[in-house]
Amino acid sequence: MARFKKAGSRSVPAINTGSMSDIIFMFLFFFMVITTMRESTLYVKIKPPAATEVQKLEKKSLVSFIYVGFPQNAAVYGKEPRIQLNDQISEVSDIKEFIEKEKAARDEIDRQLLTTSLKVDKEAKMGIVTDIKQELRQVSAFKINYSTAKGIKKNAN
Amino acid sequence: MGKKIPEINSGSMADISFLLLTFFLLTSSIDTDLGITRKLPPPPPPERKIDRIKERNVFVVLVNSNNQLMVQGKGMDISQLKDETKKFLENPYDDPNLPEKQDVNIDLLGNYKVSKGVISLQNDRGTTYEMYIKVQNELTAAVNELRNELSKKKFGVKFEDLKDEAQTKAIQKAIPVSISEAEPKNVGGQK
Repeated sequence: MARFKKAGSRSVPAINTGSMSDIIFMFLFFFMVITTMRESTLYVKIKPPAATEVQKLEKKSLVSFIYVGFPQNAAVYGKEPRIQLNDQISEVSDIKEFIEKEKAARDEIDRQLLTTSLKVDKEAKMGIVTDIKQELRQVSAFKINYSTAKGIKKNAN
Repeated sequence: MGKKIPEINSGSMADISFLLLTFFLLTSSIDTDLGITRKLPPPPPPERKIDRIKERNVFVVLVNSNNQLMVQGKGMDISQLKDETKKFLENPYDDPNLPEKQDVNIDLLGNYKVSKGVISLQNDRGTTYEMYIKVQNELTAAVNELRNELSKKKFGVKFEDLKDEAQTKAIQKAIPVSISEAEPKNVGGQK
């Protein structure tokens, strides 16, 4: 009987948690590498359309974004799709100034490589997109990218 | 010498790094930007001369405000668009109703018959963006498939797997993306 008592009184050794922080830090670095920072807060709702023939946008620093979608705050901005540049809802006529600012912020060599990414809601009409495209042609920002989600290929070959 | 340095308590270190981790998880997003890349034409000069293109060289794609597709004067379902576009751009049997070809000397490929076909895409202001992207996607798919076929024949690998810049350039020259977008119409009457 004494044998059992002895076994019960033995205390469990403490688990060493010293390396816990290292593991978490590794997690942290992993996430920092694979994610990107959010560029700006969106004031418009955007559901991108799906496409299969997509390309990755290279060189994030050379991309400027134009968002088009239905305003979150419908009471102020209405129910029609609106354009968001940087952090505010804008008009088509503001695009010129926006692109020129974006160009001025880059090196001389990089200016031709500047890509404009259009993030447009799939329910938006082409009228507003066409207006944006015409405006971009005027300010010679010719490289554009229609932002889409990755769709599934129907017949893979 | 005699004094012992007390050990620093590192128990809360894990909590701090957890906080950092959650912060980064919240402020960042994983999505990589994907999309269809296009090049816009420069604005037309004031005294523009209209280039005459032969009818056989033009592939007319129209989309109206009800998202209906019309290709070469006939209504069509979006699922057929890719194959029709491929047939138009490829013209394998030199059909006189399909586009002409021009002999161009391309590095690495030699003399290649480059199609003179142009896809003319016109949409209404009332067309939804989703439909527009679908059409663009099908047209791009047609070009990509043709490029893949040529690349496989000449270099043995798919176009997107080509490592050599010169080979990529050669294929791009042999099969250009020739999509011309006309100024949109406003028949649907919506903004």
